[in-house]
Amino acid sequence: MTHSKILLHDMCLRDGMHPKRHQITVEQMRAIAKGLDEAGVPLIEVTHGDGLGGESVNYGFPLHSDEEYLRAVIDTVKRAKVSALLLPGIGTVEHLRMAKDLGVSTIRVATHCTEADVSEQHITLARQLGLDTVGFLMMAHMLDPEKLVQQALLMESYGANCIYCTDSAGYMLPDDVTARLSLLRERLKPDTELGFHGHHNLAMGIANSIAAVQAGANRIDGSAAGLGAGAGNTPLEVFNAVCHRMGIETGVDVMKLADVAEDLVTPIMDMPIRIDRDSLVLGYAGVYSSFLLFAKRAAAKYGVSSADILIEMGRMKTVGGQEDMIEDVAINMARAKN
Amino acid sequence: MSKKINAALIGSGNIGTDLMFKALRSHEIHPSWMVGIDAASDGLAKARQHGLKTTDQGIDGLLPHLASDDIRIAFDATSAYVHPENARKLREAGVVVIDLTPAAIGPFCVPPVNLAEHAGKREMNVNMVTCGGQATIPMVAAVSRVQPVDYAEIVATVASRSAGPGTRKNIDEFTRTTARGIETVGGAKRGKAIIILNPAEPPLIMRDTVHCLTADEPNRDQIIDSVQTMIKEVQRYVPGYSLKNGPVFDGNRVSIYLEVEGLGDYLPKYAGNLDIMTAAALRTAEMLAPEIAAGHYARGDAQ
Repeated sequence: MTHSKILLHDMCLRDGMHPKRHQITVEQMRAIAKGLDEAGVPLIEVTHGDGLGGESVNYGFPLHSDEEYLRAVIDTVKRAKVSALLLPGIGTVEHLRMAKDLGVSTIRVATHCTEADVSEQHITLARQLGLDTVGFLMMAHMLDPEKLVQQALLMESYGANCIYCTDSAGYMLPDDVTARLSLLRERLKPDTELGFHGHHNLAMGIANSIAAVQAGANRIDGSAAGLGAGAGNTPLEVFNAVCHRMGIETGVDVMKLADVAEDLVTPIMDMPIRIDRDSLVLGYAGVYSSFLLFAKRAAAKYGVSSADILIEMGRMKTVGGQEDMIEDVAINMARAKN
Repeated sequence: MSKKINAALIGSGNIGTDLMFKALRSHEIHPSWMVGIDAASDGLAKARQHGLKTTDQGIDGLLPHLASDDIRIAFDATSAYVHPENARKLREAGVVVIDLTPAAIGPFCVPPVNLAEHAGKREMNVNMVTCGGQATIPMVAAVSRVQPVDYAEIVATVASRSAGPGTRKNIDEFTRTTARGIETVGGAKRGKAIIILNPAEPPLIMRDTVHCLTADEPNRDQIIDSVQTMIKEVQRYVPGYSLKNGPVFDGNRVSIYLEVEGLGDYLPKYAGNLDIMTAAALRTAEMLAPEIAAGHYARGDAQ
């Protein structure tokens, strides 16, 4: 039941904040948003990498507030709509109301894949406020399809009109995506939309997104030039080109989006977004992609291996948000060495 | 030892039941009633086994017995939604309420930091902040008593199994109330709280990380001493409270890595987050007990 028309959702101004240590300037955001808008990208996510209210010692303080970034992008775009991410436990309903007042169209409420019931408060409110409301189940590789459906049904019951299967670790292979999305399609209401958010740690971003579309997803996340946590998100300009070849309609201009990736996003990268050894470990061991730079920094500070830190984080079954454990693990490893 | 003060436990869930087991060992408090709303609850059955009187009619099932059974303290382990009504009824009856919900009607109490301040004030309602607050505010205070703290942030990671439906339905209440406690009790100019639920099996023991940003360069030796002293204070009522790493100093950042293992009375040991609440609540009651016994909270005196 492949959708012939899908919605592309760009992540480079939100997930892309991770490799930029949340230091993207307002001017850069405006320029990139303008380019994405002109290329026809219909939905652009903007906030701190860890969503509304993510500014913290634990995740990093951004150059500007969520409010400033959102206002700048919303003022810039002519056709595109803007979304904001919210992780319950980090952001609150006050943040959600602020984003709504600024004019976001879409709120994505993200929980670890087993913890959907912490999203009730936020999903309920977002729906009451008339927002396009998405339930975003992170680290979905850690849960089998049947249990993932149970969690998705909870979010749907709170009012989410779209459910995402989110491969935060870039661990999934196309068959994993197919298994989850097809069961979600079978068991959720027919008018509940489905989405997939990939990370490119095993170079599966495009293949997984295509598998998702073929299993019934109609919203696909990606990031111009792949700017995102770990080895980045699904590179959106590449995915868009593949869709055009396959006859999947996106409404996005192939070359204009390629120009945004090449001329606007790539130049602001602090390092190449590629599958280095640590990103490979993320994908191979199933570890939250945003841990990457924290592990590299802790490794340098304590004289231990960043890959070993990430492997240990995986062994500990850490989930998204547990960045604080990275320094703790590095100190333990340094102590064990001496 | 003077006569024990009779106490009622409102709420027969995990928290109320764990608190009962701790109170049964107390030299100052005698748990005499447990109040539930579900006749089949395990908590009420456990309470009866241990000689407590019980009702499954909620707070109204207890009210007629307050005077005859000389109940002077009630622990409310229901929910933020139910607490205000319970608090009103108990106050009218002159019962001191220790609130374990995030309703936070009364002033915050974090025993090793400000228990002594509550003594002699005759407050009829004190609030225990949140589990994350009990675990981390002592550390914020340990830094802020050495030098000014501009900002303190805590990350509490708890096992999914130890986060009940009340917490899940209103997780914002946790972040809000904890952040407020970090400021008003911890002494940070600005506070922030983050909570993470981790479903790993076997369940992980509660972890808490405290980051403080000091106004000036941190005085390392004094902060290390102060943190060590405070750890021992908390260990007096939560023996499984431990410093795993730190304090780590990085510019003006002071980071403290904690683990909180419970006693395993009713809740499993990994649920240090719930254990530290029940232990702190009991310790608060034990501090108030001699004052109540001495007649400082005479019945009917309540404002």
